This record gives sequence, structure tokens and C-alpha cells, in this order.
Amino acid sequence: MAKITVDGLSYEVNPDNNLLQECLSQGLDLPYFCWHPCMGSVGACRQCAVKTYRDAEDKNGTLVMACMTPASDGAIVSIEDEQASAFRAGVIESLMTSHPHDCPVCEEGGECHLQDMTQMSGHNYRRYDKLKVTHRNQDLGPFLNHEMNRCITCYRCVRFYDDYAGGTDLAAQASHHHTYFGRFEDGTLESEFSGNLAEVCPTGVFTDKPFSEHYTRKWDLQVAPSVCTGCAVGCNTTPGERYGSLRRVVNRYNSEINGYFLCDRGRFGAHYVNTDNRLRSAKDAAGMTLSTEEAEEKLAAVCAQGAIGIGSPRASVEANFALRCLVGEDNYYSGESAQNHEALQWLLSCLEDEAFSCPTIKEMEGADAVLVLGEDVTNTAPRVALALRQSVRSEATRLAAKARIPSWQDAAVRELAQEAQSPLALFSTGATRLDDVASTTLNADPASLLAAAKAVDVRLAGGSPDYDALIPEASSGASKGETMQAVESVCAALIAAQEPLIVCGSHAGVELMRVAASIARTLSALKSAPCALALLPAEDNSVGHAMLVRPQNTLAAALTKLSDGAASAVIIIENDLTRRAPSAAVTAALQAAEQVVVVDHLNTATTRAATLALPSTSFNEYESSRVNYEGRAQLSFQVSQYPSGTKPVEHWLGVDGALHSASLIARCSAEAAGFASLPKILPDALTRVAGLKVPRQSHRYSGRTAMNANVAVNEGKQAVDENSVMAFSMEGALLQQDASVLASPWAPRWSSNQSITKFQAEVGGELKQEQKGVHLLTRSVQSAVVEPDSHVVSGATDPATKGELGVHFVQQIFGSDELSAHSPAIRERLCDAYVALSPPQAASLGATTGDRLVISGTTTELSLVVRTQTPDTVAMIYPGTSAAGESINALDLPHRITLTRAPDQEAGAASLGLAALIVGDAVFSHARAAEE
Amino acid sequence: MQHKLISSSSSRVLSAAELEEIDHELTLYPTKQSVGLEALKIVQRHQGWVSDESMHAIANYLELPLAELEGVATFFNLIYRRPVGKRVILFCDSVSCWIMGCEKNKARLAERLGIGYGETSADGEFTLIPVPCLGDCDKAPVMMVGDTMHRQVDPASIDALVEGPGNKAFTVDKVGGDE
Ligand code: SF4
Ligand code: SF4
Ligand code: FES
Ligand code: FES
Repeated sequence: MAKITVDGLSYEVNPDNNLLQECLSQGLDLPYFCWHPCMGSVGACRQCAVKTYRDAEDKNGTLVMACMTPASDGAIVSIEDEQASAFRAGVIESLMTSHPHDCPVCEEGGECHLQDMTQMSGHNYRRYDKLKVTHRNQDLGPFLNHEMNRCITCYRCVRFYDDYAGGTDLAAQASHHHTYFGRFEDGTLESEFSGNLAEVCPTGVFTDKPFSEHYTRKWDLQVAPSVCTGCAVGCNTTPGERYGSLRRVVNRYNSEINGYFLCDRGRFGAHYVNTDNRLRSAKDAAGMTLSTEEAEEKLAAVCAQGAIGIGSPRASVEANFALRCLVGEDNYYSGESAQNHEALQWLLSCLEDEAFSCPTIKEMEGADAVLVLGEDVTNTAPRVALALRQSVRSEATRLAAKARIPSWQDAAVRELAQEAQSPLALFSTGATRLDDVASTTLNADPASLLAAAKAVDVRLAGGSPDYDALIPEASSGASKGETMQAVESVCAALIAAQEPLIVCGSHAGVELMRVAASIARTLSALKSAPCALALLPAEDNSVGHAMLVRPQNTLAAALTKLSDGAASAVIIIENDLTRRAPSAAVTAALQAAEQVVVVDHLNTATTRAATLALPSTSFNEYESSRVNYEGRAQLSFQVSQYPSGTKPVEHWLGVDGALHSASLIARCSAEAAGFASLPKILPDALTRVAGLKVPRQSHRYSGRTAMNANVAVNEGKQAVDENSVMAFSMEGALLQQDASVLASPWAPRWSSNQSITKFQAEVGGELKQEQKGVHLLTRSVQSAVVEPDSHVVSGATDPATKGELGVHFVQQIFGSDELSAHSPAIRERLCDAYVALSPPQAASLGATTGDRLVISGTTTELSLVVRTQTPDTVAMIYPGTSAAGESINALDLPHRITLTRAPDQEAGAASLGLAALIVGDAVFSHARAAEE
Repeated sequence: MQHKLISSSSSRVLSAAELEEIDHELTLYPTKQSVGLEALKIVQRHQGWVSDESMHAIANYLELPLAELEGVATFFNLIYRRPVGKRVILFCDSVSCWIMGCEKNKARLAERLGIGYGETSADGEFTLIPVPCLGDCDKAPVMMVGDTMHRQVDPASIDALVEGPGNKAFTVDKVGGDE
């Protein structure tokens, strides 16, 4: 701790930080633009000028940039000094010379950092009356608007997009008054994290396009703290609603998980809740609409007859638990695919194993050696990919510390580190979007990857000297020599590391997850400390669902029970079974069952097969909890009222006490193993000011008395929320500087999202009274070591079956997630089902990228993508999504297939989009192919 | 729902001469990506300007992101991203040249060639671009035409330039290099 004096008052500060950061941490108002807590300081905008003084005698002082000056002990600082203030007003005046006068039509207006800083700096009147620079804007695709005239050249966009997120298609162009931030030409921004530009840019240059198509000012949005349902990371979000539709999702700061950034699936995917594909009313077998009462009667009849239940990884803990209560634990079955179910059983045992620790996203950023086994995190848990990209900078941080350069000195640290990076090893079947920062990439068929991973384990354990015998002589990807080299370098890196991290996931398969755990166990023994092991499940509540299900109650068992007639009725919640099991098994079971009740908020193939379909609420329409990859339960508040006719699953199922989330949660914690600490996610009623609820609407919310005038002209009573500490109202007590129920930060003089600093105990650190959720599982046991079985892994090279290819499924950030694929903006980024083949394989079929291939013996057609890093014996298949019309049930395909070129080729029919193509070297190889 | 695969503009094939010069530069730098600016200069020397197709070709060859290469190309005023005339007139209109009457010369250029700043004459011969000081203030007003420095320019020398290099009223100093 250091003591500094700011304008005569003394403060205790952290000398490792810069003055700007520390002033903000103390709650002082000091304008800034280019500095960002995650990206450090570059001193580019000159907005944060303050005076510093040598000693008490020094009356003149020196103007310095606060963001570039350490908060060293004894510093005497003035923010209010006349010259400093005048300097800041002058800087903003010059930044604003070409800024248009368009706040009223600008989407940023009302939550604009530039507005806030302009006011704070006291630049009230424009003196510049000359011509302004006018830029041509670009079409950046379905996610973002581009309005370059609003730019103040702070460089935050490129520092985020390029330096932080690894994007390559956005750059600063031209110079001085013409500086331009854009792409080479119009076209969709390629980065999976592009949406963050809307929050990182302090002005209205980059704004949320789907939001502006149906725009509402920040203060007119009804908001509540929520959690993303896009994947198992569980990033914290704030959805905003107006007039009954979801308008946008923005980042909600969480110091351990997402920090300041979301991925584009999370930000733009939630709009599926507004689409026509919602199930809005109860339907019977013939598809006739039923009233709620009729539906309830029918449901009661089914329950009386006795039904089994099939849960879902995309339904909340409450919904799954309510189903379990209704049908009984014996009759409550997993809604996961066989592969995922097995993977989750293993994942749960690892979460209880004291040999490991499960890193938060923040901890992943600090890892100094990472091994990713098989999981393509950019497409399955995108926020993890962004964190791993930061982990390679741990070496830079280490070098900087050694050279006594503060870590926030961004340019200096990068200059010092040059190409030096912490090791990141990627063992994957094909190219990934992290290859550019990887120190080691090993591309081979799944069986060879498994062998290589085992070799890493054996080598680390220092046991058998002939670990190389594990590696097959002939692999269809990397040669034996390359594999040995990769194994060697991975081992060296992991041994040298202080904070090694092993990442794997259910898409990589349980066998690879077992080896991942085994490697982590070996490392924890070597280092006598738990090793960080991140096993990533597929969906937002995969873990919560798996915790409720008995291991033997698999989906296959449920389907068999139905088709055998051992059960005649089934209740399925929020699950499309055709995504979970082979079509034949699903069809047989649903046809055999007399009663099929499906409760879902979406129309799916399964709701269409229902004898009774009941409409449930989407994530933003009811309070619910989910358990992420760490076993962390988080509460997501209700944002808006649900439309009449729909009800939360737990209300349909009508279990005792289900009408109140808190009582259902209490019952779950008492009855379900592992959920004892679940009630801790509920906000503490005592923190509420004078017993008042927390308003979902801002104190500036407009139109309250008139917004329903199209329905009735009298002013209706405000809706009452019996369930929650929040109110559907602007009345109540906003928790000032208390972030326990914080949806949308705001502070006097700080209308933009940068006001979050007012709620952080220390800038960039924890929030005051932060609700971080609760880790449900405690570590105590040593889980049984299970030897992976390589025979079940596909893609092993088998010379006897020449021409046959091992099937390996690939994931797409836009498309592989069932819900977000229905969002209109995401739909524009979907691609067709495709198969990626190596260039020699493609050549042997006489086909090139875009051609249609047929799976022999079937009528299934796929578009071809030629990818250089694909092993020759593997067909990497993306099965498409039903949201795009054409899709195939991945589980219907055999493990090995042969492909032929489809006889009639429609020229240019394939819609492969960016999603399928921008993988690793594909960009350059494709561009070259175009050249030839 | 159809998205542009990679780009709407396409690449061209770099000539053997261009490649030879770029390959030489590659031997002088530690990484391929460092050669971006040199490659732009080489291509401009051969083509007169740097087209979108050339941008693609350089970016592919050096494995540089296009946007980054565009950042370099547009940062430097003397990399031309639009077609220019056979000879580019870099016309100094900074203070010394202004005092010494460069405005008259500019007016004469407009009269003779029908072009203002940023424009190319109809015959494709000349492009006029302003520069802030060519560092030859003692011989003001000056301008540079192609590789050639023209000093103490007056309307008569503009006429001479337009009519051809045979005219003796016209002082010509050859300067080395292309920079
Ligand atoms: S576009 Fe936005 S973030 Fe980028 S430099 Fe301009 S104002 Fe800053
Ligand atoms: S990483 Fe996952 S949880 Fe986070 S925003 Fe993206 S989809 Fe949502
Ligand atoms: S914030 Fe300090 S110079 Fe920009
Ligand atoms: S002002 Fe024209 S050469 Fe210097």
C-alpha cells in the first residue's frame, strides 16, 4: 500500500497500479478514453491529464497522463488544478472537432462515455465551425453498425479486436485527421468476439445492429441480472426488454468469469426468444390449441397414469428438479446423448477430486502453460478461447516484472516481450482458431491424438522410457517424429510451468477426458498441488442436470422403456430428443408411448411429436438457476413478464412450493445430493434498503403511464413480482455502490457501462457485495482412475478399409447451439452442413470446396470444405442445424463412412459462409486457390 | 444468408520481376510480415499504383492480414491506392513556396491540364498532389515531377513541362532514387 494525496486529501492506494486506475478506484472522477482495465495504458488520447508535484514546495507542478504514471508512495496529485482541467477541456475539444452533432439519433446516446467525458471535462460550446471529415462507413455484417464519423481515434477498438482478441480483419488505416478504423473492404467482421466493440468503443462508431433495428434508450429498458445460456461457461449478462420483446444483451461484469467481455453467440444469440419459432400456446396431438385449463387437465391425467420424465441440459435446475419430484428419482432420466452422459459422469467425479482444481476464466488467463486436448473451445465455450489467448501473454507479464516494467504499460510490455509467449499446445483433429498463438499444434485422427496424450502422461510420470511405443508408426495426420516432438515440448512446458492448465471437453469424448484428468493427476503429484483441469460440458446446465440424474438412468434406457412398453407415458422438458439419440430410437419410443408431454419454449421435432405440448418460459422470462462447467450455480433473474398462456416448467408441473423459486430451491437443497449450498445463490433479503425491492426499470424510465394505451387508456396497476427481490417497476431502492443485484450500472455523471468502476472495490477487481454464485461440489475424494479405451475412438488408421473415413464431428459457434441458432442475426451467420477433408482426399474424389458429396449408402449430402490441416483418414463433419432448415442427425451416421461426389452439382449452391472457412490456414489457402 | 466467402475483390498474379525484388527484401528482414511496406513500394514501381488485386497478391504472398497491409498502404501518402498519371506532380504549397508565389503555378497547371489536387489529366499523363515542403525552400517555389525536382518554378516552366522536356526555359535537376 502507498499513500498519495489528491487535491489535498490522502488516499491509500496500490502502488502497482497507475494513477488513473487508483483515482477511479477511490471513486474520484477523472476523464479518460484509451485506457481499459483489461488492456492497460498507452497514453494515446491525452484525456486523463493531471498535475503532479515534486513536494510541498512545488507550486507549479507538472502535467502528466495519469494512466501512464505509477501511483507511487508520496505522490502529490491534483485533478482539479486549473491548467490540468483546461488541458483536458482542450483535448476533448480537439477530439470533438469532427464529431457529428448527432446524439439524438445515435444509438450510443444516453450511455455514451464520450458524452459523459465531454460534460465532465467542461467542453460545453463548440468553437470549431469548419468542415468536418466525412468517412464512408462499411457494412460489417449482421452484428455491428459502423458510423466512423463519430470516432475520436482512441484506438480502443483495434487494441481490443487485434491485440486482445486476435482478430486480423480490423485495422487502423490512414493517418491524422483521416484515421479510419475498419476492414479492407465491406464484409462481416470475422472475430467471434466482435460484439464487444459495441461496449469497448467509447462512442457510437460500433453499435449493436440487431438492437438498433428495434431500438430503445438504455434508460427505457427493463433489465435484470442474467446468465448466458449459450454454453457451459455461464457468462453474466444483462438482457434488456421493452414492450414485451428482448432488445439486446450486454455484458454484466463478473470478476471471476466473463469480466468485461462476451462472445458473439452469447450477445446476439438470445434474440431467439422473440422469434416465431416459440411455442406460444398449449397444443394437443392434432396440433389444436388448448386453453391453459384444458392443458392442465390433460397433464393431470397423464401424471395420474404414471409417467417417466426426461430432463434436459438446457432446462434450469428448478425445472429439472420439479420434473424429478413429479415422476420420482427412479423415473427421472437423462436428456443427454450417450456420449455426453458418460462424459458428464466423469466430469462430476473430477469436480469432486482433490487432485484437481477447476479454474475460473480469470484463472485461465493467468495459466503459464496450457494443453488443450481435442476440444475446439472457440466453437464450444468461446469465452474460454479468449482467456487462453490471454494466457500466452503470461510470459510477457513475467518478463515485464523482471524488468520492473508495470504490467499496465501495454506498449512497453509488448515491446519488451516481442514474440515471447507462454506455451499453449493444441492437440486437435483439425485446425482451430487458436492456432495463431499456439506454441505446439498436433493435428491427427482422434485415435492418434489419444495415443499422443497418453504418451504425454507416461512421459510426465517419468515411468516407461519407451513411451514412444505408444505412438503409432503411421498416423494420418502428424508423422511419428512430429508427434514425438510435440509430446516432448508439451512435457517440457508443463514441467517448467508454475500454473499449468489442462483443458478438454465432452465434444472431445470421454476417453480423451480421462487422459486429460490422468495428465493433471500426474502433474499434481509432481508439483504437490492440485492441477488446474477444465473439463467443458456442452450446455449451460449440463452439470446441473447431470447432478440430478442417477448414472444408470440414461436416455437410451428411457427410450427402451417406452418402446418396450415398460412405460406408457413420458414428460420431456425443454429438449429436442432428435439431437440426443439416433432418429430410429427416438421415433420408436415416441410412437410406442401413449402419452408424450413436451414442455418447451421452442417448436422442435419433439414438440411436434407430442400428444400434449406445453409452452414454457425462456431464460429471460423466469427466475432460474444453472450450473456451469466449474460446478458453480448462478441465479438468473426474471427480466420481463412471460406472455399469458406460457408458464415456467416448474409451474406446469405443479410440484409443491414450485410457485416460489426460493421454496423450490430450498427443497432441492434438502433433497438432491450435491445441492446443499444452492440457497446461497439467492440474494440476501436483508441487503434491501428499508425492505424495498430492487427496481428493474431505471429512475428515468419513460412512458410508464402510456405504454399500454393501445390496450387500455386507464393506467393499469404495476405488475407485482411475488417471486423475487426485484420489482417490475421504477419504484424501489436502487442499490447504490452495491452490486449484489446489479443489472445495469449507472452512477451520477457516469451513464455508460464504464460506471462499473463505481461498483468495483478496486478497478478491474471484485465488485462490492459481488454475487458470484456458489460452487456446489466440494472436493474430497480421489476418483477412481479409469483407463481410456482407445478402441471406441474413431478415426484410427486401418489400412484394411482403404477409402473409408473416420467420422469426426466439428462444432460451429453459430449453429451448434440449438437455441441461439434461431436468433435472426445468428441465422445470417449459419452455414450449411459440410464435411471438411484434406486436400489429397478431396483430390481423390475429384472435388473442391463448395462441391456436394454424398455419404455412400445414404442420401445424405454435404458440402465440401477443403482444409489443409485435416488428417487424410478423417471426415470432419458439421451436421448443420435445424434452424437453417437442412440438418442431419449426427447420431444416425456410422463411425466410418465413404464419400462420393454427388452426380448433379448445382453451381454455387453451398452457403458455407465465414463460419466454415475462417479456420486456421483456410483463409490463405482459400485465397490462393482463388488465385490459381 | 449468403456471405461473401473471403472477399469480393480478387487477387492478381505478381510478375516474376516483382517477386524477384520482394524475395530479395525477404532475405533482409527477420519475418515475412516486415516486408509489407517494401513490397508495396516494389509493386508501385512496377504498376504505377497499388490496386486491390495487388493488395491481395502481396497479402497472400507475405501471409499478412489484408486490413493490416491496408493500414500500411494508407498510412503513407506516397503509396497510391488509386490509379495515377504517368508522372505524379508533388506540388509544394507550404510556406516558403507560397511566399514565392506557388499559387500562380497551381493556377497555370489547372489552366493547362485541367486538374486540381488529387486529379489526373485527361490524357493520363499527370496527377497533381500537394505536399507540405519538399525541403528545398531556398529554391522555392518547387515541385517534383516523377523522380525529377523542379526548382524556381514559374508559369513558363509549367508550360515547358506540359509541352515537353525539350524546352530550354526549364531547369531540370535529376535527383536519385525514387523516394
Ligand atoms: S472507433 Fe471507437 S474505439 Fe475505435 S478509435 Fe474510434 S472511438 Fe476509439
Ligand atoms: S462464452 Fe458461452 S456463456 Fe459466455 S457469452 Fe459465449 S456462449 Fe455465453
Ligand atoms: S486514458 Fe490516459 S492518455 Fe488516454
Ligand atoms: S516550403 Fe516548399 S520546399 Fe519547403
